[in-house]
Amino acid sequence: MGASEPENASGAVRFVLDGKVVSASGLPPTLTVLEYLRNVAGLSSTKEGCAEGDCGACTVVLGELAEDGASIQYRPINSCIRFLPTIDGKELVTAGSLEARDGSLHPVQQAMVDEHASQCGFCTPGFVMSLFALYLQQDALDRAAVTEALSGNLCRCTGYRPIIDAGCRMVRYPPPAHWSRADSQSAERVEALRTLARVRANGAALEVAGFRAPRSLDELAAALAAAPDSLVLAGGTDVGLWVTKLLRELPPIVYVGEVAELRQIRSTERGLWIGAAVTLSAAWPALLAAHPELAEQGTRFASPPIRSSATLVGNLANGSPIGDSIPALIALGAELELRKGRHTRRLALEHFYPGYRQKDLAPGEFVVAVVVPPPQAGRKLASYKVSKRIDQDISAVCATFAVVVQNGVVTDARLAFGGMAAVPARARHAEGALTGRPWSAESIDAAGAALAQDFTPLTDLRASAEYRARVAGNLLRRFYLEQSLEGEPLRLAAVRGAAS
Amino acid sequence: MSVGSAQAHDSAHLHVSGEALYCDDISLPADTLHAAFGVSRVAHAHIRTLNLDAVLASPGVVTVALPRDIPGENNYGGGVHDDPIFADGLVQYAGQPLFAVAATSYNAARKAATLAHVEYEELPAILDVRAALAAESYLLPTERIVRGKPREVLARSPDRLQGSITIGGQDHFYLEGQIAVAIPQEDGAMLIHSSTQHPSEVQHIVAHALGTRSHAITVQCRRMGGGFGGKESQAALIAAAAAVLARKTRRPVKLRLDRDADMIITGKRHDFVSDYDVGFDTRGRILALTLMLASRCGYSADLSGAVNGRALCHVDNAYFLEHVEIVSHRCKTHTVSNTAFRGFGAPQAMMVIEQIMDDIARMLRLDPIDVRKANFYGLGERDTTPYGQQVEDNVIHEIVTQLEASSAYRDRRRAVAQWNARNRVIKRGLALTPVKFGISFTATQYNQAGALVHVYSDGTVLLNHGGTEMGQGVHIKVAQVVAAELGLPLSAIRLTTTDTSKVPNTSATAASSGSDLNGMAAQAATRVIRQRIVDHVCEAHGVRPEEVAFADGQVRVGTQTMPFAKVAHSAYMARISLSSTGFYRTPKIHWDKATNTGRPFFYFAYGAAVAEVALDTLTGETRLLRVDIVHDVGTSLNPAIDLGQIEGGFLQGAGWLTSEELYWNEKGELQTHAPSTYKIPAVSDWPDEAHIALLAASPNREQTIYRSKAVGEPPLMLAISVFQAIRDACAACLPAGTLPNLSAPATPEAVLRTIDMPRREYGT
Repeated sequence: MGASEPENASGAVRFVLDGKVVSASGLPPTLTVLEYLRNVAGLSSTKEGCAEGDCGACTVVLGELAEDGASIQYRPINSCIRFLPTIDGKELVTAGSLEARDGSLHPVQQAMVDEHASQCGFCTPGFVMSLFALYLQQDALDRAAVTEALSGNLCRCTGYRPIIDAGCRMVRYPPPAHWSRADSQSAERVEALRTLARVRANGAALEVAGFRAPRSLDELAAALAAAPDSLVLAGGTDVGLWVTKLLRELPPIVYVGEVAELRQIRSTERGLWIGAAVTLSAAWPALLAAHPELAEQGTRFASPPIRSSATLVGNLANGSPIGDSIPALIALGAELELRKGRHTRRLALEHFYPGYRQKDLAPGEFVVAVVVPPPQAGRKLASYKVSKRIDQDISAVCATFAVVVQNGVVTDARLAFGGMAAVPARARHAEGALTGRPWSAESIDAAGAALAQDFTPLTDLRASAEYRARVAGNLLRRFYLEQSLEGEPLRLAAVRGAAS
Repeated sequence: MSVGSAQAHDSAHLHVSGEALYCDDISLPADTLHAAFGVSRVAHAHIRTLNLDAVLASPGVVTVALPRDIPGENNYGGGVHDDPIFADGLVQYAGQPLFAVAATSYNAARKAATLAHVEYEELPAILDVRAALAAESYLLPTERIVRGKPREVLARSPDRLQGSITIGGQDHFYLEGQIAVAIPQEDGAMLIHSSTQHPSEVQHIVAHALGTRSHAITVQCRRMGGGFGGKESQAALIAAAAAVLARKTRRPVKLRLDRDADMIITGKRHDFVSDYDVGFDTRGRILALTLMLASRCGYSADLSGAVNGRALCHVDNAYFLEHVEIVSHRCKTHTVSNTAFRGFGAPQAMMVIEQIMDDIARMLRLDPIDVRKANFYGLGERDTTPYGQQVEDNVIHEIVTQLEASSAYRDRRRAVAQWNARNRVIKRGLALTPVKFGISFTATQYNQAGALVHVYSDGTVLLNHGGTEMGQGVHIKVAQVVAAELGLPLSAIRLTTTDTSKVPNTSATAASSGSDLNGMAAQAATRVIRQRIVDHVCEAHGVRPEEVAFADGQVRVGTQTMPFAKVAHSAYMARISLSSTGFYRTPKIHWDKATNTGRPFFYFAYGAAVAEVALDTLTGETRLLRVDIVHDVGTSLNPAIDLGQIEGGFLQGAGWLTSEELYWNEKGELQTHAPSTYKIPAVSDWPDEAHIALLAASPNREQTIYRSKAVGEPPLMLAISVFQAIRDACAACLPAGTLPNLSAPATPEAVLRTIDMPRREYGT
């Protein structure tokens, strides 16, 4: 156990922490990064608030060698649900890493002190690390960028105002010697990660007991064909909770995060090809570039620490009825690329979910990528998310609508909803009520009425069945109003500031 | 001078680097065991059998603790002894601890704790307030306050309205969950590290549970990762269970509740229902009011008597109620026992009267601000509360006058009306609500505090006091007081862990009283030492006491000045004691329990807020657009800390009234027990525009520490403005004069239910 230098490097998880290469072996594969820090390394600066990636107290920053091999990308993650073997080859930075040797605080920390941005202080290391990631990513900050960066961190004491102010202020301090933007890209840091990369460069997969991280698609396919009962792990932002909250023992894990082919986003003639290891923080900007109408879904999807671990395909393959990206991609007509052994097939996303938490996947089969068709001229597109809170909340209802209107008549309608049934699904009756009809309020009302035939939603802690049904119809109304009414703000997010 | 300046929190530099140590960060002895509770899965039942074979057989398990393993009393209730540490035969809520298991690791204990085989004989369960009222299921006797002839005057009032409101509870959601470490000491003693607002109560309860006496138990708390009332009485359960296991195993035991366990097992803010009948004149002035409050206490008394007592004393808020009857029912339900939470019953009571103010205005077509003004306590007249205390320090008029102007209330009222006339989908709402909050524990005996101050011979100061630090800044404020008394820089003062072996018989750090009480006690201790130093230098240098002054780390003695350190050393050499305790008890207060009258509060803290919201009529979602606050903290000890309490309290209150919904299923199981399901405000919930001001030049009329005022709780109730602004926006969706029937929290669903009446479809 612990940080000794093993002879067989493929049997140890190796990463950089505070300027040293840590080589951890003999640890359970589902040990979280947080458990490693607190219980193995004895570093208590990172806190546990919820063990489910929802409060951000455990936020740390991961540095990863960019594709060019010459720079490092730093992103925040929730250490409480991230399994240690998945940070192999990366640099781990915690709130305890930032202070200079002479004890002076990093600008992020100093700004927090100067703005009186901590009270009880328990959430503070997490806020510091979310801000630190932002500090390294951007040098000009506005309030919107700061609140976006902090959307996955909960503070119960301050009301957030001083933290937002600290975030806006931190870039105005002189760059520190330790962990300035320049220092974060120093030759020394880059070289340390390159050295770690070379350990795996000849294709030797990380393999520790119960955990295997194939380096290529063929290797992944072979591993799953040989051991079809394995658990396919991507970002782990749901699987992590099976361990930390449900206390489950997991089957052997096959991790897709190191498969080079799956980390790609490609423009193909069928559309945007997004590999299974592409994180939400990479996938959503690409999706929004092609389909800006999905902004409400894309910007409110989870939080930066979740988005930089979780993958888009993971959200699809997990098959939760409340996976927010699923209705959006169903409405766009996305397809999955599936593979089993050497055999590859394609399947429309909307046909992937036969029932609650069920997927049309054979043993040993896995999702390679999702392919999202390109924008279609003349198509009206919009997405909506309804939840109790703006940031980091699970939808009561979410919806994406794609409707083609020609000469005032609806020729094609794809109305996809989440939160309305056991699986995200298209509203076929509502689509039928719209298709072939004039694009009018009457048709929309008819479609809204037809939703009753499509869905029998549940009552649960997020909303009642009646509310979900009512709101689903109202979202169709909003869609129509947005396409036909001008000059009146129709979404809450569009209303800023007091009346005057 | 350190008092009155915006000093940083004493631990700020430790917070940001993660070096601040919480209970979970304490280095543990190698043989420490980890514990977890096994809990009931049903709300109300006799336990037929409790089979723990599988628990004991689970890997890593060392032992379990059951009621029979408790050497002393199986109770953690501080007042009424009705809170078993482990349920003994009868379970009264889903989630109630039945046993605790100790294992070699945290996860081994958590896993094992789920493996008990329990057979229940289920009993009928009462799961909410209305059901409890119907069954007359009362935990404590109903209390009432009656003044004047409310029923008679109601009957002849020119206008009258009846209404109801349902107000939800709230989980504290401190970021650091409940935790304790119990470490056995020699000769039957026990050291407890506890995340608690009330170390003395933890000490007493652990002593009773272990069948020993207080002097054998030491409780320490350096800091909490948030408390908000949730660690006032509830921490004793965790500490007691850890201590019982530590006693049984003779090993240190750490019990840290994971987030779900914390939210399921421990108590919350009481949810209330209220029915009322109010009579008023044409200006909207209340002539008579009868009002019923009923709260969900849960299965046991805990602090419910005091919480409901405070509710009773805050129905009036800032308004004179001449003829009034207030009835307070304390309902027993088979749910978790509700407890202290910032505001302590007052927020719920104030919600009711603020709804009444708005609805009177709606009925009379007046601006609600004018109805409120018509009802404010007067200056020198109409100034006695329903419980008989005279309101002597009323500043609500100047606060509201100032806020009305600074927020451009009247202009914005017109602008909101114009917006609502033009827009069909997004509506706006605006509201101004005041706060008047009584400061002191309503139980008179708790209004005392102690401190222990040491001056070392190098001139440094170690400060102990009975207050606990939960982020509110009590330590820095008290340190500022001590620094000011000795004319020292803050760097000369070091704060220590709150420790029952240093300052005994302390009260909970609660009721916003931390700085008021402990600041005075520390000041008293410091003044004793300072006087001894003065006497010493007078003797040594032949000067008179008025020729001695302490400032800037120096002591002026006649015409010369010398460093404080030098004087301290000189006093030491002259064998002068440089250590002292200090004590304080709040003057003037008294309370007659039999008649519910007296002067329960030393003084009142005031404030007011204007909130503007936007409401999406298609989904019921709302958003806070702007808030303006003027709040009274007397002469601030530390404006930065006070501002933090105001902002933080306001948003916490806004969460309570909007997104924070506690949802129990039909079996009485709480379904919202983690941040994924229970939504406290996040960063986007702070409004884009906020103007927060401390009321200037307004020293406390009473002799409090440097004429400051308590600030912990009062700002939470400023958030009632958000709720009333949402109701205002709802009203804009309804036929004129309709009173919106909105329950709290105003979730999107609650809002949509309120406004979703048959109306003309959009766009047709």
